[in-house]
Amino acid sequence: MALQYILPPAPTQNVKSNLSEADLVRRSASRVPSPARQLTSVAKLIDTSKCIGCKACESACLEWNNLREEVGFNHGVYDNPLDLTPASLTVMRFSEWINPETQNLEWLIRKDGCMHCEDPGCLKACPAPGAIVQYSNGIVDFDHDKCIGCGYCIKGCPFNIPRISKVDNKAYKCTLCSDRIAVGQGPACAKACPTQAIVFGTKDEMKAHAEARIQDLKSRGYKNAGLYDPPGVGGTHVMYVLHHADKPEIYSNLPKDPKISPIVEVWKGVTKYAGMAAIGAFAAIGFLHHMVSGANQVSREDEENAKRLAGGER
Amino acid sequence: MTAYDLEPGDQIHVGDPVTVDRYTKSARVNHWITATCLVLLALSGLALFHPSLFFLTELFGGGQWTRAIHPWIGVVLFFSFAGLFIRFWRANLWRREDGTWLARLRDVLAGNEENLPEVGKYNAGQKTVFWGMSLLIIVLITSGFVLWDQYFAQYSTIDQKRIAVLIHALAAVVIICIWIVHVYAAIWVRGTIGAMTRGRVTGGWAWRHHRKWLRELVGGRKNPV
Repeated sequence: MALQYILPPAPTQNVKSNLSEADLVRRSASRVPSPARQLTSVAKLIDTSKCIGCKACESACLEWNNLREEVGFNHGVYDNPLDLTPASLTVMRFSEWINPETQNLEWLIRKDGCMHCEDPGCLKACPAPGAIVQYSNGIVDFDHDKCIGCGYCIKGCPFNIPRISKVDNKAYKCTLCSDRIAVGQGPACAKACPTQAIVFGTKDEMKAHAEARIQDLKSRGYKNAGLYDPPGVGGTHVMYVLHHADKPEIYSNLPKDPKISPIVEVWKGVTKYAGMAAIGAFAAIGFLHHMVSGANQVSREDEENAKRLAGGER
Repeated sequence: MTAYDLEPGDQIHVGDPVTVDRYTKSARVNHWITATCLVLLALSGLALFHPSLFFLTELFGGGQWTRAIHPWIGVVLFFSFAGLFIRFWRANLWRREDGTWLARLRDVLAGNEENLPEVGKYNAGQKTVFWGMSLLIIVLITSGFVLWDQYFAQYSTIDQKRIAVLIHALAAVVIICIWIVHVYAAIWVRGTIGAMTRGRVTGGWAWRHHRKWLRELVGGRKNPV
C-alpha cells in the first residue's frame, strides 16, 4: 500500500528547478510579495513504528548534501553522533521505554531534524534579511550567503534544531532536500529508507497515508497511535506516526505542544516596535524641548557672580 | 564644607572669565573611548534589532562582521566604563539636595535654575544617568555573555538564552534612551561640550549649574593663582 510513495527515478536531462524566489511566502527580516502561484503543500512522514534504526537516512543525508562528519566516539549508545551538528542535519534518537501497561521494553527510535513548521520560529527570530525563507510548499530553508551566524534561529526554534558551524559561523539544518524537491524528487533520506518508514508526498497524501498506518497500529493494540502534526506551530511539513501519540515526550523528548516561545514573541513583537518608538520619542522630545525652551545659556551675571566668589566674597 | 565631590584635578583659575578645570585629560580620553564604544555598540546592536536598520551592518563590513565584533566592543566598553566608574562614583553618591532637584524637574526643564537647590559637581539628572548606565552596562555584559554563542554557547540553555536576548534588547533600548538624554543635556546646557573636550568650563557655568561645587573649589583652594 505504501508502494505508491516510492519516489520516481532521478531525472537525468532537462532538469529545471520548480522552486524559486517567486515561490517565497516568508522571508526573514523582510517582506515578500504574495506569490503568483501556490505550490502544493508537501510533507515528509516518518513512521516511528516502521523505523529499524539503520541510519541509512543519516548516511544519505550526508552524501546528498556533501557533508562530512568528524570521526567521533562510541559513547556506548546507539545514538551516533549524539546530537545534531552542522554536518549531521538528521540523527536517529534511540530510547528504551518500558510500557507500564504491558511491562514490555519498547525501543523507540525517532529520526530527528528540522520539522519545517508552518509558523517557523527560526524565521521569526532571524535578523538577517532573506537568510531564512519559507516556500509556498511549506519548506523552510536557510540561505547561507545571507546568514550572519548570530544564533537567533536557535532561540526561535521550538525543536532545538539549528546548529552553528564553528568553521564558517553559519547556521545549518535539514533543507527537506529543497534542491531535490525542486526537480520533482523526494528527500534523500526518504529515498534511502529501506522500510519506507520515511515517505514523502503532498501533505494531504501523507495525512491519508498516516491515517491508514494509525488504523493498522490501533488494530494491533496501539490504542494511542496517532499523527504528530503539532498545531501550536501551525502544523509541520515533517510529521511523525507515533505508536504512543499521547506521550510524544517518550520519543527522546519530542515536545508535546511545541510553539514559539512567548519570550521570543515578545522580543520579536512588542519589544521591537516599542523599543524603536521609545528611542524615537526621546530624540523627538529633545528636539522639541530645544525648539521651545532654547539653549540654556550662561549669563554675563553668572560670570560676574563667579568672579566675585572666586575673588573671595562669599 | 565637606568637599565630598571634588575630584582630582578640579581647580579654579581666576581670570576674565574665571575658568574651572572639570575633567583631567585621562578622564576625557577615558570618556571618549567609552562614548565611541557605546555609539558603535548601539549602531551594531540596532542593526540586528530591527530589520529596517539592518543596513547599518555595512558600517562594520557586513552582517558576519557585525555579529562577530559587537561583543568585543562590549568588552572594551565594559572596562572603559569601569575606569569612569572608579573616577566618578564617589561624586555621584546621592545627596539630600538631589531629591529636591528631581522634584523640581519642571523648573529644570524650563531653565529656572534660581528655583533649584545648589548642587555639587553632579546634579540629580547626571547622577541618574551615571547610575542608570552603570547598572545597565552590568545587565548588558552579563546577558551579552549568554548570547555570545561563538565562545560561550555551551554554558547556558536555550531557555536562558531566550530570556537573555529579551533582557539584552530591553536594557539596550533603555540605555540608548539614557544616552539621548545625556547627549541632549550636553547640547542644551551651553558650555558643557567644552568640559568634555578641553576639560574646562567657565566660572559662570559652574556658578549657574554646580554652585555648591564651585563654592567647594573656592573654599578648598590652597594656592590662589
